[in-house]
Amino acid sequence: MGLEHSLETTASQSPLSLRRRNQSRFREAVIQQLLTLCALVSIFTTIGIVAMLIWQSAGFFSKVSPLEFFTGTKWTPLFQPQHFGILPLVAGTLLTAGIAILIALPIGLASAVYLSEYARDKVRRVVKPSLEILAGIPTVVYGYFALTFVTPVLRNVFPNMIVFNALSAGLVMGVMIIPMVSSLSEDAMVAVPRSLRDAAYGLGATRLEVATRVVIPAAVSGIVSACIMALSRAVGETMIVAIAAGSTPKLTLNPLESIQTMTAYIVQISLGETPHGTVEYYTIFAVALLLFAMTMLMNLFSQWFVRRYREKY
Amino acid sequence: MKNGDVFRQRLKVRHIKEGVHRNLMLLATLTGIVVLTVLIIDILRDSAGWLDWQFITSYPSRHPAEAGLLSALFGTLWIMVLTALFSLPIGIGTAIYLEEYAPDNRLQRIIQTNINNLAGVPSIVYGLLGLSFFVQALALGRSILAGALTLTLMSLPVIIIAAQEAIRSVPEGHRLGAYALGATQWQVVRNIVLPTALPGILTGTILAMSRAIGEAAPVIAISALVYLTFIPSTPLDRFTVLPIQIFNWVSRPQEDFQHLAAAGIIVLLLVLLSMNAAAIILRNRYQKRTEE
Repeated sequence: MGLEHSLETTASQSPLSLRRRNQSRFREAVIQQLLTLCALVSIFTTIGIVAMLIWQSAGFFSKVSPLEFFTGTKWTPLFQPQHFGILPLVAGTLLTAGIAILIALPIGLASAVYLSEYARDKVRRVVKPSLEILAGIPTVVYGYFALTFVTPVLRNVFPNMIVFNALSAGLVMGVMIIPMVSSLSEDAMVAVPRSLRDAAYGLGATRLEVATRVVIPAAVSGIVSACIMALSRAVGETMIVAIAAGSTPKLTLNPLESIQTMTAYIVQISLGETPHGTVEYYTIFAVALLLFAMTMLMNLFSQWFVRRYREKY
Repeated sequence: MKNGDVFRQRLKVRHIKEGVHRNLMLLATLTGIVVLTVLIIDILRDSAGWLDWQFITSYPSRHPAEAGLLSALFGTLWIMVLTALFSLPIGIGTAIYLEEYAPDNRLQRIIQTNINNLAGVPSIVYGLLGLSFFVQALALGRSILAGALTLTLMSLPVIIIAAQEAIRSVPEGHRLGAYALGATQWQVVRNIVLPTALPGILTGTILAMSRAIGEAAPVIAISALVYLTFIPSTPLDRFTVLPIQIFNWVSRPQEDFQHLAAAGIIVLLLVLLSMNAAAIILRNRYQKRTEE
C-alpha cells in the first residue's frame, strides 16, 4: 500500500521534474550564450579600433601620400604652407619616452632587486602599497607637477631651458612608470627558484653577486618584457606631455627644447575647432594609427620575448 | 699565506661593494615615496586658501576668485556610475566565460591574447574610437553616455584580468563539491565561485574605476573643451569631468588658475582616495562574512 502510493506520486511528479530539468537546461544554455557575448565585446573592440583607424585615416591618405607622411621632416598641418611629415612628432615621442625609460629602468630595476632580495617583510609592506599609490595617480596630476614644480627647479640648473620642454615631461613620466618596471621585474625575480640562490650562497657569493650574476640573468626575459611594456606605456602617455612638453613639433633630440608628441598633437586638435571632414581633422587618425601600431608592436614583442626566452626550471 | 692575503683583500672589497649597492638600492626603492611626498606637499601648498566651499559649489568662471568645479564634479560622478554599470557585468561575464566555460581552444586563446593587448592600447586611441563610433556613428553626440561607453571599453581589459585572477584563486575542490551535489554549471558559478571571488573582483574593479575617473585623454576626444554652467541631468547631456577641468586650468598662463588647478587636484585625489577606502572596507566586510 505504502509502496504503491509512493510509486504513484513519483509517476505523477515526473513530468514536473522533467519540465524543471528542461527549464534549467534552457537557462544554462542562455547563460552560456550571454557570457560568450560578453567575451566577444573585447574582440569587437579590437576590430572596431583597427577598422576605425584605417577607415578614418583613409580620408587623410587620399590627400597626402604615405611617403610624405612617413619621411617628411616638417609637421605644420595648421599653417600654410602645410607639411605632413610625421617625423617631428615621432622624434618628440621617442625623446620623452626615452628620457622616461632612462630614469625608470635603473631605479625600477634596483628597487625590484631590493624588494625581492634584500627587503624584510616589514619594508615590503610599506613600500609596495606606496608604489601602487604612485601608479594610481592621474596623469593630469603628474602633468601639473612637471610644469609647476619640476620645470622651475630644472630652470635653475639650465637657465636657457624653455618653459615647455621634453626634459621635465620625460623625467616625470619616468617616475610614473617606475612602479610598472619595478613590480613586473620583481615578479620575474621572485619566480627564480630558491635553489639557484642557495647554490650561489653556498659558493660564498655575497647578496649583490647572487642578485647580479644569478637572479637577474635568470629573470632577464621578464625584465626585458617589463621594460618594453613600460616604454610602450610612455609612448602612449598623453596628459603629461600635453601639459608640460609643449606644442611645437620639432625634429630635435635636445631635451631642453619645446617639442610635441603624437599624443599631445591629438589632444591639441581635439580641443580646437578643426571642422570635421578636413585634412587637418583626419590627421589625428593617421597619427593615432601609427601610435597604435607602435604600441601594439611593442606589446606583442614583449609577450613574444617572454615566451621565447623564459628560463624553465 | 700570500694567497690568503689576496683573498682577504678581495673579500673586503666585495663586502664594501655589497654595502654601497645595498644602500643605493634602498635609495632607489625610496625614490617613489620621496617623489610622492614632494608632489603632495607641492600641491597642498599651491592650493592653500583656494579650496573652500565656494570652490566646490561654483561653476567655472573667467574670474579665478569665483571659479569652481561643481559641473565637473557632477560629470565625474555621472561617468563613474554609468561606467561601473556597463563595465561590471560585461567584465565579470567575460572573466566567467574565460575561466569557467570556454573550452581550451583557439577562440579562447585569441580572446585572452586580445584582452592582454587591449590593456596596452593608449587611452587616447580609445577616445578616438569613442569619437568615431559612439559620438558620430551612433549619433550619441558629445554626451555623458558616449563618454561612459568609451571609458567602459577602456576599463574592461583591466577588470577582466583582475576578475580572472580572483576566479582562478577559488579552490577547485569547492566546485567539485557542488557538482557532486548535483549543481548545474551556472549554480556552481553563482553560488560557489562568485561569492568567493567577489572581494578580489571588487578590488580590481574599483582600481579600474579609479583609473577611468582619473583619465583625461579619452574624455577630451569625446567631450572637447566646454564651459558648463549647469549640472547634467540626463545621460545625453554634455559634460565635463574633473581631470579636464584641471587640465583647462593648468593650461592657462595666469598664476591664479594654477592655484585653482591645485585645488581641483586635491578634490580629484580625495574622490579617488574615498573610492579606494570604500574598496578596502567592502573587501574586509565581505571577507569576514565568508569566513563565518
